[in-house]
Amino acid sequence: MAEAGKAARAETVLTVEDLTVGFVTETGAVRAVESIGFSIDQGKTLGLVGESGCGKSVTAMAVMRLLQMPPAFVASGRILFDGQDLLTLPEHRMRSIRGNRIGMIFQEPMTSLNPCFTVGFQIGEVLRIHRGMNRSEARDRAVELMEGVGIGAAESRVDQYPHQLSGGLRQRVLIAIALACQPRLLIADEPTTALDVTVQAQILNLLARLQEQLDMSVLLITHDLGVVAETCDHVAVMYAGRVVESAPVAELFSRPAHPYTCGLMSAIPQLGRRSEYLPTIPGVVPSLENRSVHQCCFAGRCLQSQMICFKQFPPLKKERNNHDLACWNPCES
Amino acid sequence: MLQFLARRFGQAVAILLGVTVITFALSFLMPADPVRMIAGRSATPETVESIRRELGLDQPLPAQYLRYVSRLLQGDFGRSYMQKTEVSTLILSRLPATLLLLAGAIFFELLIGMPAGIFAATRRGRASDNWIMAISFAGVSMPQFVIGLLLLYLFAYMIPIFPLGGYGSLMHLVLPALTLGISGGGWYSRMMRSAMIDVLRKDYIRTARAKGMREQRVILVHGLRNAILPIIAMVGLDIGIFMAGAVVVESVYGWPGIGQLAWQAIQVVDIPIIMGVTLVAAIGIVTGNLLADLVMPFLDPRLQLE
Repeated sequence: MAEAGKAARAETVLTVEDLTVGFVTETGAVRAVESIGFSIDQGKTLGLVGESGCGKSVTAMAVMRLLQMPPAFVASGRILFDGQDLLTLPEHRMRSIRGNRIGMIFQEPMTSLNPCFTVGFQIGEVLRIHRGMNRSEARDRAVELMEGVGIGAAESRVDQYPHQLSGGLRQRVLIAIALACQPRLLIADEPTTALDVTVQAQILNLLARLQEQLDMSVLLITHDLGVVAETCDHVAVMYAGRVVESAPVAELFSRPAHPYTCGLMSAIPQLGRRSEYLPTIPGVVPSLENRSVHQCCFAGRCLQSQMICFKQFPPLKKERNNHDLACWNPCES
Repeated sequence: MLQFLARRFGQAVAILLGVTVITFALSFLMPADPVRMIAGRSATPETVESIRRELGLDQPLPAQYLRYVSRLLQGDFGRSYMQKTEVSTLILSRLPATLLLLAGAIFFELLIGMPAGIFAATRRGRASDNWIMAISFAGVSMPQFVIGLLLLYLFAYMIPIFPLGGYGSLMHLVLPALTLGISGGGWYSRMMRSAMIDVLRKDYIRTARAKGMREQRVILVHGLRNAILPIIAMVGLDIGIFMAGAVVVESVYGWPGIGQLAWQAIQVVDIPIIMGVTLVAAIGIVTGNLLADLVMPFLDPRLQLE
């Protein structure tokens, strides 16, 4: 199919609007994700970036509706998947989407497969649930899928148990599970974090290839800006439960504007630039209980905060070049 | 796998040998002289001496022990002082009833404990969880004779479905087995609950949910397969415990099991029977554990040591 054809039907697959997710704790309700929004077009990759505890994974789990409620609750927002609000779907309809039209892979390949079942069973299970295949059909298809994700000797590996496979192979199995039903959207929550660097590259290449093949959208959650630069079309930077900056990948890397984004960029070690210390961002992400809506939540750690940063919350505003920013005093670039 | 089996079997034999040392020592620690018990109060010293020689009790201890073990290997558990019968015959005659009660008890323990534990685990912290745990605790803490009498009153007297006691048909088995099931089921439900709560937190459960399967399937297929291992281990132990007989329940229901045999023997210090029952219980515990060890690798492939 021609490029033009693809571009013409570049529809939006996932739109998250004003999503607020909280948790009920013993000391009261806290909000892990505050009024965030983003959208992903067909075949494109959105990177959701931020350090630990900023609400990336909660967002992903909320899209899949896999958060245990209670203690979790969705206070506001819509999650439109192919125009359908997932938050209002009855559970049985949501089940038919999970693993079928939205696939998900997780950070921990070592523990994300059930140790008591063969990998063939675990891949085939998705097909039995969503495609109504019987055991032997599902097993045959599992072998094909394993070959598709680059697992050699799939015919013999299909009957092996997870503990007999390496971390990289297990992540490939998890990818095969997520993609078994050729989903429109793949949510990849830190898919390479737990893997060796060489394996990381293989997995990322594999994901890119499969994305191309299936014309699939990807929500890639990561804290690794290197991964973002290589794989994403658009990036949303999250801090303390909010999107603080969002831009096309080239724009963000050439003109980062939020001091937090700038801090993240300067914390990437670079070859040929030798210095004693790697720059860091002082302090830590404020805990869920200590997040104020009356000031910028990054103000306390920000190197260029001004009075207004502590007095008023900066709204996310559209700038030029499809660049969104929530900051009173952006850095120069 | 074979090597693993051989090692486990070797361990079992070693344990049983250890138990024979203990049962052998037991016969000397008892504050009763078996020769006197046999000879009776009015026997002359000569008679006592001749019986002692006849029984081989004048030999040195190691020789006596060797003779004891070699007899055991031939299935000779000795003769009861009081009943004047082979101990092996006595135990064998009680074995069917004991095995039947064992099977019934474990059946009810699992039937009560597993669903209750699984259900409680999925309702963790809610009212139904608290109720189930309270009832389990009550089941565990209530003396067996209370449960037994209560069941007798309800289901044999008030509503006469089951016989009042005795042995013979499956109907006779229900109440004694249920009594043990209620009292042991509490342990099973607590263990099942904690194992299941532990498993439901695992990453692979999240993967299973992300596949879009029903929560029932998540719990009963992906959860249970992992959470059942401690239950299997506990069944292994229970086999051993029930092999020694369930004295209280057997008494309440007049069930002719090994427990009653042991209890009667203890009252009259019939040492050969006590030794025999102790050994049977040890064999039961060892085989129970061996069985559990055999079953577990089939459920969790990580335990298959090649």
